[in-house]
Amino acid sequence: MQELNVMPETQNVPMPGAAFEPAIVAFVCNWCTYTAADLAGTSRMVQSPNVRLVRMMCTGMVDPKYIIKALLGGADAVLISGCHPGDCHYINGNYKARRRVKLLMEILPRFGIDARRIKLTWVGASEGNEFAATVNRFAAEIKELGPIDTRNLPLL
Amino acid sequence: MPSGIGVYVCHCGTNIAGRVDSEGVARHAAGLKNVAVARDYKFMCSDPGQDMIIKDIREMGLTRVVVASCSPRLHEKTFQKACQRGGLNPFLFQMTCIREHCSWVVADPAEATAKAKTLVAAAVSRVNEHEELYSRVEAVHPDVLVVGGGIAGIQAALDIARSGHKVHLVERGPSIGGHMTQFDKTFPTLDCAACISTPKMVAVAQEPNINLMTMSEVVEVKGYVGNYTARIRTRPRYIDEDRCTGCGLCMEKCPKSVPSEFEEGLGKRKAVHRNSPQSVPNTPVIDPASCIYLVKGKCGACKQNCPSEAVDFEQQERFLDVQAGTIVLATGFDILDPTALSQYGFGRYPEVYTGLQFERLNNAVGPTGGKILMKNGQAPESVAIIHCVGSRDKNHHAYCSRVCCMYALKYDHLIKDKVGHHARVFNFYIDMRCFGKGYEEFYRRVQEEGVTFIRGRPSEVTDQSISVEEDGKLVVLAEDTLLGRPVRVAVDMVVLCTAMQPRRDASEVARIFGVSCGQDGFFLEEHPKLGPVSTATDGIFLAGTCQGPKDIPDAVAHASGGAGQALSLAARGQVSISPTVSWINPDICIGCKMCVGLCAYSAIEFDERRRVCVINEAMCKGCGSCAGHCPSGAAQVRHFNEKQVFAELEGLSQYVSPVRQPAGADAT
Repeated sequence: MQELNVMPETQNVPMPGAAFEPAIVAFVCNWCTYTAADLAGTSRMVQSPNVRLVRMMCTGMVDPKYIIKALLGGADAVLISGCHPGDCHYINGNYKARRRVKLLMEILPRFGIDARRIKLTWVGASEGNEFAATVNRFAAEIKELGPIDTRNLPLL
Repeated sequence: MPSGIGVYVCHCGTNIAGRVDSEGVARHAAGLKNVAVARDYKFMCSDPGQDMIIKDIREMGLTRVVVASCSPRLHEKTFQKACQRGGLNPFLFQMTCIREHCSWVVADPAEATAKAKTLVAAAVSRVNEHEELYSRVEAVHPDVLVVGGGIAGIQAALDIARSGHKVHLVERGPSIGGHMTQFDKTFPTLDCAACISTPKMVAVAQEPNINLMTMSEVVEVKGYVGNYTARIRTRPRYIDEDRCTGCGLCMEKCPKSVPSEFEEGLGKRKAVHRNSPQSVPNTPVIDPASCIYLVKGKCGACKQNCPSEAVDFEQQERFLDVQAGTIVLATGFDILDPTALSQYGFGRYPEVYTGLQFERLNNAVGPTGGKILMKNGQAPESVAIIHCVGSRDKNHHAYCSRVCCMYALKYDHLIKDKVGHHARVFNFYIDMRCFGKGYEEFYRRVQEEGVTFIRGRPSEVTDQSISVEEDGKLVVLAEDTLLGRPVRVAVDMVVLCTAMQPRRDASEVARIFGVSCGQDGFFLEEHPKLGPVSTATDGIFLAGTCQGPKDIPDAVAHASGGAGQALSLAARGQVSISPTVSWINPDICIGCKMCVGLCAYSAIEFDERRRVCVINEAMCKGCGSCAGHCPSGAAQVRHFNEKQVFAELEGLSQYVSPVRQPAGADAT
């Protein structure tokens, strides 16, 4: 693939003044949102490259510490996405995720992390277009919000 | 044993390599911690690609493998098997998707390559923490549960029963046969629907391996592949099936008449009724909503006249649990109610019919005895057939219902045949879709019979005439898009080719069986091309129109496919169950019992002696509700444990950290 414009290894380091490209980690359930992401891919729906998927079996297994870990690891935002209410492959795991994320959104601002950096969405297996739209919308929102400054937080 | 990870980056022809620099990704991976070898190849899933992995495992003693290619939902099992053939535990493998989630959706090659590198780094980091796991083998119960007794359910049940396996066939209505029994002729061969469906219905009734349960619904399903338990509710028929001889005297004597659902409201039925004399079982059913005895406590004409004392008003709802290894869903479709499309005047003008109503007008045992007659008893001189009513319409259903073009052609022929060649027939169509075997030929034949085709979706059906010729008729207003001009066509009768749509309770049924519905509301298949009869839930298969609109040949073929899939599990008699279930570390568990209440499958018990919670692995599905909540971190899902997820996040953050500009970094 010589003709491709291969990126030099150092390009990850931003130039001063370069446009902010957020890093977003997405915990998605295997049955709905991961499948929707596959469908969006098969349908060639161009998406913001900022989102990285972590496949979970169910949003119900997303321990809040995974979200905190991602944010402390430098992710500017975390997306959690699963099956629509009532459609959970495991009966009700998504309701458990909803409770946990709600609590987390109340706690994190007390530590200086904007609650808008966490988002919980429901994207069903057949909603490839919805997945692409969610990714693009969230990436745009985080671009607007700017980089996270977990490094300057007192708890580190 | 020396530790070493092998990383394999796929080109997928140009699907990945067209956007992502696969060679560069492999070079990058070679520099990652613990990576012994990193290679790229045109098609990793091909035999040479898999052999490359097997050879490296054997010769280089690889202890872990990462493949970066398509979605793991597609080829994870392929590569796990390759690892196994090489002598490596299949769970010491991690797959990352750089096609669906990367090369196909990231426009810029540099960004796509960067994303692929991150994803590979995360997978490499994660695979370090993988543990050997072993699948357990469980017996598959040999019986199969088929839900729905339309033509698809009948076909599936017969296929399975003839192999020697027992089938529980559950039908909600009083008789099997489904929509097909409402039809008169079937396209394109013009076979009589009853002649080809009733022998199958009788075969079901006579098949010793089929346990037919009518008036029944599945209300709850428990268990897992190979081992399902379904709770079935049977509503009372109020007539004892064993005693009833099907003589029909009760229907003669019943004084109460109500509009018939089977006749689509065109005819009447008694409170005690059956769809047709060919119903299977042919025992009539008493409708508790219209029966005078069941509503008011008086009458009992049927009971007094029944020669075999079969009428039993004391019958109650019954519940029965059946065991089955696999389940075939064949719950069928509903017809769109065209009242919502008020421009076509259905319900307002008596001579506007739905497709199914028109089927009944043609049927020999229908309300007109098979004659095409208007409400005034006259045969129509002219008929307009409006295609795509509710189909291919973004206000209703975006999809094509796939059968309307063909049954419209069938109606064209039947009108010409029954009313006479002088009857004029106008088809208002968008496109003619005659795709099946013999369909295009049938289209030709009908064209030659002198039927008129007007390309355009009508805007309105009205009784407002503007000329003497239109007086007393229905006028169809449309644009003939081939001539580019508006047309008014005055007719005696209008037939609406109404869309096929999901059953109104499809989402509820989906929930009971743990399958999902697609955007159109039909049950979602595992893969649109390569898994059209299986679902995301192991051991549950689809048959017929519950998966999407189908004509009879397609529904029957689909049903045989579903039956074949169910049989291959049942015949093998065993299934391997994924070991990716939860485990509670007894050394860490504090016995708070939080997980016990969270578990949706009641798979966690509290061990009083040790004061810890214990997972029942046979019941655990590995959803991780317990692991996501456990305050002490004792509950972990195997293959998705804390160490593994953390490692994956660390792999991702290797990329994340430098790209982000820390606050105040501008100064340095």
